[in-house]
Amino acid sequence: MMKRVYAKEEVCAGCRLCEVWCVVAHSQSKNIIKAFNEEFPRPLPRVKVEEFGPFSFALQCRHCQDPPCIEACMTGAMHREGLEGPVLHDADRCVGCWMCIMVCPYGAIARDETIKKIASKCDLCYGEEEPACVAHCPNEALVYEDRGE
Amino acid sequence: MRFSYIEPEFLVERRLERCIRCQVCVRQCAFEVHTYDEASDTVFEDSSKCVGCLRCVTYCPTDALIVRQNPTTFKENANWTGRVIKNIYKQAETGGVLLTGMGNDRPYPIYWDHMVLNASQVTNPSIDPLREPMELKTYLGRKPDHLNVSVKEGKVKLETKLAPQLELRIPVLFSALSYGAISFNASKALASAAYEFGTYYNTGEGGLHRDLYRYGERTIVQCASGRFGVHKDYLQAGAAIEIKIGQGAKPGIGGHLPGEKVSEEVSKTRMIPVGSDALSPAPHHDIYSIEDLRQLIYALKEATRYEKPVSVKIAAVHNSAAIASGMVRAGADIIALDGIRGGTGAAPTTIRDNVGIPIELAIASVDQRLREEGIRQQASIVAAGGFRSSADVVKAIALGADAVYIGTSALVAMGCHLCQICYTGKCNWGIATQDPYLEKRLNPEIAKERLMNLLRAWEHEIKEMLGGMGINAIESLRGNRLHLRGVGLTDSELDILGILPAGR
Repeated sequence: MMKRVYAKEEVCAGCRLCEVWCVVAHSQSKNIIKAFNEEFPRPLPRVKVEEFGPFSFALQCRHCQDPPCIEACMTGAMHREGLEGPVLHDADRCVGCWMCIMVCPYGAIARDETIKKIASKCDLCYGEEEPACVAHCPNEALVYEDRGE
Repeated sequence: MRFSYIEPEFLVERRLERCIRCQVCVRQCAFEVHTYDEASDTVFEDSSKCVGCLRCVTYCPTDALIVRQNPTTFKENANWTGRVIKNIYKQAETGGVLLTGMGNDRPYPIYWDHMVLNASQVTNPSIDPLREPMELKTYLGRKPDHLNVSVKEGKVKLETKLAPQLELRIPVLFSALSYGAISFNASKALASAAYEFGTYYNTGEGGLHRDLYRYGERTIVQCASGRFGVHKDYLQAGAAIEIKIGQGAKPGIGGHLPGEKVSEEVSKTRMIPVGSDALSPAPHHDIYSIEDLRQLIYALKEATRYEKPVSVKIAAVHNSAAIASGMVRAGADIIALDGIRGGTGAAPTTIRDNVGIPIELAIASVDQRLREEGIRQQASIVAAGGFRSSADVVKAIALGADAVYIGTSALVAMGCHLCQICYTGKCNWGIATQDPYLEKRLNPEIAKERLMNLLRAWEHEIKEMLGGMGINAIESLRGNRLHLRGVGLTDSELDILGILPAGR
């Protein structure tokens, strides 16, 4: 059982500020203007707003109980932090085989080719009290809670 | 008309050094002011489409946007102002009636700002509401002419059967905002806030969505000239029924919900076809006299077994006092008066800006008239139309109102920026819209919390003001005009308001 990010589709305004603040949270400077206008390559957002007509919601790694991505990772780059921690990805050990992307049932892992070929995924802003996407959602369409799953 | 002479009302400015091209503004503007050009990685703006709702400014994560009044002016002219010229251009280009939303924005005198309240000094003690009990509970409905009590073996028993009453935690209710004019989420927020706080909201003439029946005991259901959504279950669902004769924003004309806003759900609730304009007639065609009004009042009372108070709402007009007297005699338990600054989802601009009288004068004259005729206790007075703060509420109570309806203040609490384009159905704040893209922008949970916070804040402030006057119950202030003094008013205005000038 762990805290996860849940999306409330019915109040997602599709503004994509979650993506913007995810980029800032994973930038060098943590300054929104510098992160976007001065940092190259710019980090990828690890959350993605999925849209279909008026429906939209932010999707990020579900941090599965039994993660197929860890199973599929041949280098151990994809790993779980402790027994009930988030599923994290170690860029240094990643060889960019992208098997994790192939097996992820949610499509929550992205290809990152900004520096070298690796995978990119949500780390729940590890170490922070609340992930940046949740903290900055203007309509509270993202919540961070333990639902006993 | 291919070419318009109308200059943009606002200028949208982008501070390029702060813009991160995240395109939040592009996605949030339903009027398509902002567009992104991928080739040049630039966001462009078309100021002519801007309505000044400030959605983009509020959502811009880097404060890169500034929306301001277009400084371009016409040659100065006290008679032919820019507003007047633009309106003529608009009509010359369209040949249509000018439409608008929200309340009158013309600079008529706001009498609340010309009345000041009293406070206790030396000769009578003021009360600290944080240390002593303070009663704001308000009952709306017909009060008995006298009370019969019997005493048996030392126990006192009330023999008089009391008429049904609405019980309010504070003398503030949410006014009639119809589902259709506002989104389902906005209706739900109003309903749930009223329910949780302990006041009432009003359905307006849009019927009651099936998912809102559970808030029925805190709902005033309206029966207007179009009879939209009125049926047996609807009448029985509410705590009170309101017959809407008129609306402060558009006295003398009926309601108008543009077909664009009549979605599937609105159509089901209003019982009209999808996409059809919901035009309610100017008068009720079964009410051409006080006697006719009496018939409808009693038909509704009969239909609901005399268990619910019946309110009659009129726009404040020149002879409101005489009409109100007739309404009370016709059997109304509550009289709702809507002043010239009352809001709307859609009204012809010329009607909104020129018809009706200020609510302050209407409260004073109606209260006075009913007192003189000895029938004031037969009905409660609820005032509406532009109440902006707890001070306005306190002054209205002192003038003689029993409670106050707030509409615009409630919308503003939910996020409304008063851009006055409700009639387009493109409200970027998700309030006055039925567009599924826009509707979900209003989170009903957040909106409910904001509404309840506003009511709580006003509750505290009303208590503070009462305490300052040395009063510990709102009942003691009701119609107590000695607590008001006028500043900068003429003798006849003071006379109508029934108050003394400051200093006397």
